[in-house]
Amino acid sequence: MIQYSWLIPLLPLFGFILLGLGGKKLSKGLAGIIGCGSVLAAFALSVGVFMQLHEGDKHIVKMFDWIVAGDLHLDLSFIIDPLTSIFLLIITGVGFLIHVYSTGYMKEDEGFNRFFTYLNLFVFFMLLLVMGSNYVVMFVGWEGVGLCSYLLIGFWFKNTEYNKAANKAFIMNRIGDLGFLLGIILLFVTFGSLSFEDGGIFDKASSLARDNKGVMEAVGILLFIGACGKSAQIPLFTWLPDAMAGPTPVSALIHAATMVTAGIYMIARSQVLYSFAPMALEIVAVIGLLTALFAATIGLLQNDIKKVLAYSTVSQLGFMFLALGVGATTGAVFHVTTHAFFKALLFLGAGSVIHAMSGEQDIRRMGGLAKKIPITHITFLIGTMAIAGIPFLSGFFSKDEILAYTYERSQVYWIAGVLGSMLTAFYMFRLYFLTFRGKFRGTHEQEHHLHESPASMTIPLVILAILAVGAGYIGIPGFVLHDSHWLHHYLGYREIITLSHEKEWIIMGIAIVAGLSAIALAWTVFGKNKTVPADDEKGFNSVQKLVYNKYYVDEIYDKLIRKPLDFISDIGYRVVELQIVDGVVNGIGTGVKWIGSVARYVQSGSVGFYVLAMVLSVIVIAMVKLW
Amino acid sequence: MITALLIGLPLLAGLLALFVKGEGAKKVALGAALLELVLSFAVLYLFKKDPQNEQLFINTPWIQHFGIHFHLQLSGIGLCLVLLTTVLTPLIIISSYSREIKNPSLFYSLVLFMQMALVGVFLAHDGFLFYIFWELALIPIWFICLMWGESKNNSKITFKFFIYTLFGSLFMLAGLIYLYYHSPERNWSWENLQAGGMSLPEAKQGLVFWAMFLAFAVKMPVFPFHTWQPDTYTSSPTTGTMLLSGIMLKMGTFGLLFWLMPMVPLGIAKWGSTAIGLSVVGIVYASCMAIVQKDLKRLIAYSSIAHIGLIAAGILAFNAQGLQGAVMQMLAHGINVVGLFLIVDIISRQTGTREIAKLGGIRNVNPRFAMLYLIVLLGAVALPLTNGFVGEFLLISGVYKFNAWMSAFAGLTIILGAVYMLRSYQGVMLGETNNVTASFGALKTNETIVLFVVAALIIGLGVYPKPLMDLIGPDVQELLNSVKPAVTP
Repeated sequence: MIQYSWLIPLLPLFGFILLGLGGKKLSKGLAGIIGCGSVLAAFALSVGVFMQLHEGDKHIVKMFDWIVAGDLHLDLSFIIDPLTSIFLLIITGVGFLIHVYSTGYMKEDEGFNRFFTYLNLFVFFMLLLVMGSNYVVMFVGWEGVGLCSYLLIGFWFKNTEYNKAANKAFIMNRIGDLGFLLGIILLFVTFGSLSFEDGGIFDKASSLARDNKGVMEAVGILLFIGACGKSAQIPLFTWLPDAMAGPTPVSALIHAATMVTAGIYMIARSQVLYSFAPMALEIVAVIGLLTALFAATIGLLQNDIKKVLAYSTVSQLGFMFLALGVGATTGAVFHVTTHAFFKALLFLGAGSVIHAMSGEQDIRRMGGLAKKIPITHITFLIGTMAIAGIPFLSGFFSKDEILAYTYERSQVYWIAGVLGSMLTAFYMFRLYFLTFRGKFRGTHEQEHHLHESPASMTIPLVILAILAVGAGYIGIPGFVLHDSHWLHHYLGYREIITLSHEKEWIIMGIAIVAGLSAIALAWTVFGKNKTVPADDEKGFNSVQKLVYNKYYVDEIYDKLIRKPLDFISDIGYRVVELQIVDGVVNGIGTGVKWIGSVARYVQSGSVGFYVLAMVLSVIVIAMVKLW
Repeated sequence: MITALLIGLPLLAGLLALFVKGEGAKKVALGAALLELVLSFAVLYLFKKDPQNEQLFINTPWIQHFGIHFHLQLSGIGLCLVLLTTVLTPLIIISSYSREIKNPSLFYSLVLFMQMALVGVFLAHDGFLFYIFWELALIPIWFICLMWGESKNNSKITFKFFIYTLFGSLFMLAGLIYLYYHSPERNWSWENLQAGGMSLPEAKQGLVFWAMFLAFAVKMPVFPFHTWQPDTYTSSPTTGTMLLSGIMLKMGTFGLLFWLMPMVPLGIAKWGSTAIGLSVVGIVYASCMAIVQKDLKRLIAYSSIAHIGLIAAGILAFNAQGLQGAVMQMLAHGINVVGLFLIVDIISRQTGTREIAKLGGIRNVNPRFAMLYLIVLLGAVALPLTNGFVGEFLLISGVYKFNAWMSAFAGLTIILGAVYMLRSYQGVMLGETNNVTASFGALKTNETIVLFVVAALIIGLGVYPKPLMDLIGPDVQELLNSVKPAVTP
């Protein structure tokens, strides 16, 4: 099966080509079948690969020579190892469910076929990203998913605001990409390889790392800049909330479950390099932690159902980077997996809510939906419980693992981490209570139209809900059940936790209590007292205003970067370009013309001047010869 | 012999076109350009089989008193650029097919003469012959821009272009003559000039470097010698703009790569970083200029300066990645810029304006055009798996080997390029349709053909660049080896 693994990305590519060529001539039904079918086939193959793959295996499947220049030799080839295999399952599995969901969600949209075209292209690039057997092929997928993200955020391209959001996403990602690219080049220039094969970059870097400490740190930081762009970390996170302009399945697939976790994949893949870059790793941990807290606080006051989930994603990604930073690579991948399930579930649930509400996204206009859309309600509640860390659901185990490793590294980080998970539990249950409990606050017309979504949408919800409950069992910690952490064995990272079992139990207990008390608080405020957030910011104190306006980060970037760039460019054009650079040239021209006018009788128009020039050059020849 | 045919065919066809009245000239031109395309692929076939094939050389004494030979020789790099010329020329002619052109006989014969001179530049192996072709290329394009131009200030603008580049090339001539007089054998062959250049002391090499660099810098153009370019590109007829930007500016980069870099290695060791500095500043400078342009054609003109700045920097870094990236990017840029200028031409013909602010919503009325535009745009912003990426990645790597900070600065192009390209795409294509763009109709057949070929080349060469890289690689290595004795003391 593994030798056919190159088919995994090719199948969605094939789907993309069929859909692209067919365009509007294809019926929606056929387009849906092609779109879903290609991803389902890729999923089947991924399962096959997964079954055949043993712990510690690494297979390289070569396609062809791609770029060869001097000592640089890049193949287009694929790597199949446990890390890739986990990501393959997530991408094709969750991807397939979201494709199915989309056949229902996008049913009425005139761009239905186009939507699946882009979606298949996205899956292709995402698979390339996690299957590339060197950094440059990874970069191909990396930029490719950025393109698809751009296309899908701006999917409804008549809306200027959506287009702006799409541009912003692409450009901010490109800032990160430059860092990534320079990191790749620095690796190549220093170690002469970029390949993940045995004897490739990781082996070379390991043997030479001691003499290149500075380089290793620089590489670590540069790669992380790339990760910050793609995975929406401080300071490059502001594109992700705006990216909610895209259709909701896109938010679920690209901006929650898969693409935004590419940064975590990249750093997990580069784990060997980071093991020689302690400073860079510390930066990863700190930025991750700060982002987790920062985004979580913004989530407290957001009223758009998708925006809450978007900030929650930013925050959860922050936790994953924290995990990477404190050396819990397995924990990070674990959380990627569980997050893929519960966050995809939450976004798809939000999509179902938005459909039921005839397009409404403001949770202040919702309420009491529990009875009207029961399947959506139950599954959404499960997702909320999973992300909030309710014991024995998937999010509980992955978050606990991260917090345990964090505790071992630094108790300050750990306290901040626990605070972050409390905030998460609070804003998620705030969201839940405002949406599903209490009285309906929308218009009559909306109430009249309330309906549960069709089976094509609810079945994926149910499957994802089951996964959100059960996925934690791939990583039950060793102190709970001896020798049980399957994922740990499968991925094979050497991570040893030195905490005593009592400490681990205590850490887990504190996290449970903290989470439950946050939920209780949310219930008191929004469940029992039925508080509804105010319609405007008039009643807010200054801290609330600051948070409500997302700390004005967008405004600051606008004033600090975009406006100055435009201003400098404009002044540069009108003054430097037109007056100075061109002015000097024209000045010389005028001077020459003046001399020319003295010798006017020699010259009769421009062609004459050319002849003159030729004559002059012959004179130069003669002079040089004499000299 | 067959190489001489590559030059002879467009020359004869150009003469023929002069005497064919009306629409016939167009057909002659297209026929000749397609024949030339076939011929160039035959040459490619022969070259692949045996680069030393005698058919591929011609070397006969021409002006014996001055040691000038009619010496044409194929190199891998030269062949790539010949192919660029022979692929783009028919595309350029096809894209002009649906336009009303006054005096087509003269117009198309000038296009063919231009092709002749361009092929000559890329094949010449004799310094003086190179110079002759170099100047010969200027005359037809100047007439095209002057007589078929689209602006009121046309004569002023084209005069500036003409004088500026001519002024530059005189310095190149002086440099070549200087090399000639210091060469061991008193002839103009490339090897002999190189021997002459390498024997010079550092200071003299530096002088030659600046003299010739000036010529190439004006031609490409590199900041701050670029101010003729935006005006000329904007006011020229689209055919002229395509010839200028797609092919002719590669004379400058090719000259730098082939006729200057290997000649004066010590001069470059001394001054290279200054010249790279200029190129790199030019990248960011031109990108910023592109951001504020309101005219789409002018925006693309500035983006071209930014791209060329990176190519120049890669050549000046003079290592395997830089050189190979430069050649790849010359080809990619040529293809992409022809696509972009055709897109501008289509838009301005259909709507009567090129002003971004007045346009918008074209995608609603012509989604296929929007898709083709997007593919060309992705090539221009160097998305992986498009032709632009291979070159840009290698160029940034090449510059990195020279100096990390310079490459980081040059790398800003991948951010700024996305800024001006996406903003303009949004302004022109996305959003609601307005009364300017509502009437935007279907593409003409010839336009569709050209855009599809361009799009296919963008993706094809991005996914599988190997055939070209195989052609360029050995040549680059040879160039690098040829200067090794001079650089390593």
